Amino acid sequence: MKKNSKGAFIFMCLAPSVVLFTLFMVVPTINVFRMSFYRWGGYSASRTFVGLDNFRILFSGDMRFLQSFQNTVLLISVVSIVTFGISLVFASILSREEVRGKNFFRVVFYIPNILSVVIISAIFSAIYEANNGMLNSIISFFDRTREPVYWLGDNDIVIFSIAGAMVWQAIGYYMVMYMASMASVPESLYESANLEGAGKIHQFFRITVPLIWSNIRTTMTFFIISSINLSFLFVTAMTNGGPDGASEVFLSYMYRQAYTNSSYGYGMAIGVVVFTFSFALSGIVNLVTYRDPIEI
Amino acid sequence: MKLFEPESDRLYRIFIYVALVGLAVSVIVPVAWVFMASIKKNSEFYGNPWLLPEGFHYQNFVDAWGNARMGEYMMSSVIVTLLAICILLVVALPAAYCLSRFRFRMRKFLRVLFMGGLFINVNYIVVPIFLMFVGFDGYLRDYGMDGFFLNNIFVLALVYASTALPFTIYLLSGYFVTLSSSYEEAAYIDGAGYFRTMMHVMFPMALPSIITVILFNSLAFWNEYIIAITLLTRPGGTRTLPVGLMNLMKAQNAAAQYGQLYAGLVLVMVPTLVLYICVQKKLTEGMNLGGLKG
Repeated sequence: MKKNSKGAFIFMCLAPSVVLFTLFMVVPTINVFRMSFYRWGGYSASRTFVGLDNFRILFSGDMRFLQSFQNTVLLISVVSIVTFGISLVFASILSREEVRGKNFFRVVFYIPNILSVVIISAIFSAIYEANNGMLNSIISFFDRTREPVYWLGDNDIVIFSIAGAMVWQAIGYYMVMYMASMASVPESLYESANLEGAGKIHQFFRITVPLIWSNIRTTMTFFIISSINLSFLFVTAMTNGGPDGASEVFLSYMYRQAYTNSSYGYGMAIGVVVFTFSFALSGIVNLVTYRDPIEI
Repeated sequence: MKLFEPESDRLYRIFIYVALVGLAVSVIVPVAWVFMASIKKNSEFYGNPWLLPEGFHYQNFVDAWGNARMGEYMMSSVIVTLLAICILLVVALPAAYCLSRFRFRMRKFLRVLFMGGLFINVNYIVVPIFLMFVGFDGYLRDYGMDGFFLNNIFVLALVYASTALPFTIYLLSGYFVTLSSSYEEAAYIDGAGYFRTMMHVMFPMALPSIITVILFNSLAFWNEYIIAITLLTRPGGTRTLPVGLMNLMKAQNAAAQYGQLYAGLVLVMVPTLVLYICVQKKLTEGMNLGGLKG
């Protein structure tokens, strides 16, 4: 076949995806960085180059940004640790133990992952509802005199309520992921551990965890990146940053500055900081958790 | 085989089942509760939330479908999801095929470029995309035409497809590289051209991963709402189902129309649940091919 026709074929195959990818992903990404150097209000009407001013304002006393930073870091750590612990334990139970209805549990645990975050937010709004909510009605069943807890209306509690919804959503996903990698751990290791009388907990920490360590490291990066993204989705649907900015997270604050406040440049500067932060944190976690791979 | 379990083993087994059932209950109960709430009368929401519905109050669904425009929104959601999947397949399949089966000059660069796309989340770039469309529409108006890019569900589908490209190409390429090149050679010898070989020999073989791609992306497109809320802004204009639902959630606080809201939730949930139950095995297996959510 002619070389010419091959080149044309490859071009035809790749051109559409390169065009779409460039137009809707590469150009907007470059624009995020470019816009962060401008003071840009309203619909492209006024646009002045201000250099690093946006970043200077951001780091020199924007209290709401500080609040969103604290909330995000809190969510990343709480959600990651709790989800990691629960999903690892359940993955280990479902792949190591003789349990009846194994498949049923796996299917059920994964359900929250296929639901839209809007739905999960609506469900948890009903659970957290102060007067007729499910959670408060359970609490008052045990203690009738107790005042209702304002799960989404109390500045100190709201962020943990959101964390609860996020954990509920994430457990199944990571559990299935850990189960997949646990399936590749050779059975003979557990058999010999049994012969030597090692207990289940011992086996879990000395065999299972070390042998799926590379998978665990991958999921840690996922935890960081998806906590930042999902917290935005949950906050947008559940509290809209309220009460009084107490549940504001990185990206919801970015969105608020860009849209509600029409400070596009400032919003994009926040985007750049968050982007850099998530990469740096993933990099650090990746470095800290490095272990020499185990040869079997 | 041990005949008698020691006491500690029995306790351990009890603990396992308590944990498993506990987690299962915490997943099933809230979801089932929504189904129950969707057939309750509004007055029933002011009492104990655990009471069973007094009757089958289907009026909620009628209200949600008509008054809250969920029927119309569902239509939009179906169109956007189907269209985005079609665009995605038409665009991503040939690209993934070429990137994994041919050697050419730009190959390495393009692969790295698409891989880089995996790290860009739409939440970051939705504002520039919105501003870009504002600009495009501005040009059109300058020439006396109507705006085209904002408030257009076809453009929304195009954006969905584009933002799903990196992950889809990554997943499909990973499958194409595993196929033996003898299939293509045989097809060429039989006189098939590049295009015919790709369409009639290679794509059918990739069917399992094509199905995985369709499953993951239709769930993602159906559930997405940040891009939809940003690009469909005209007051009273059309919305996708999740966005309509969110508006209903916000209105619900004021008007206290709980029944309608939960009926709307059921309408969004049922298609995904049905799809999931039909293909749950495929979905949880496909996930191990590598996926990043959120």
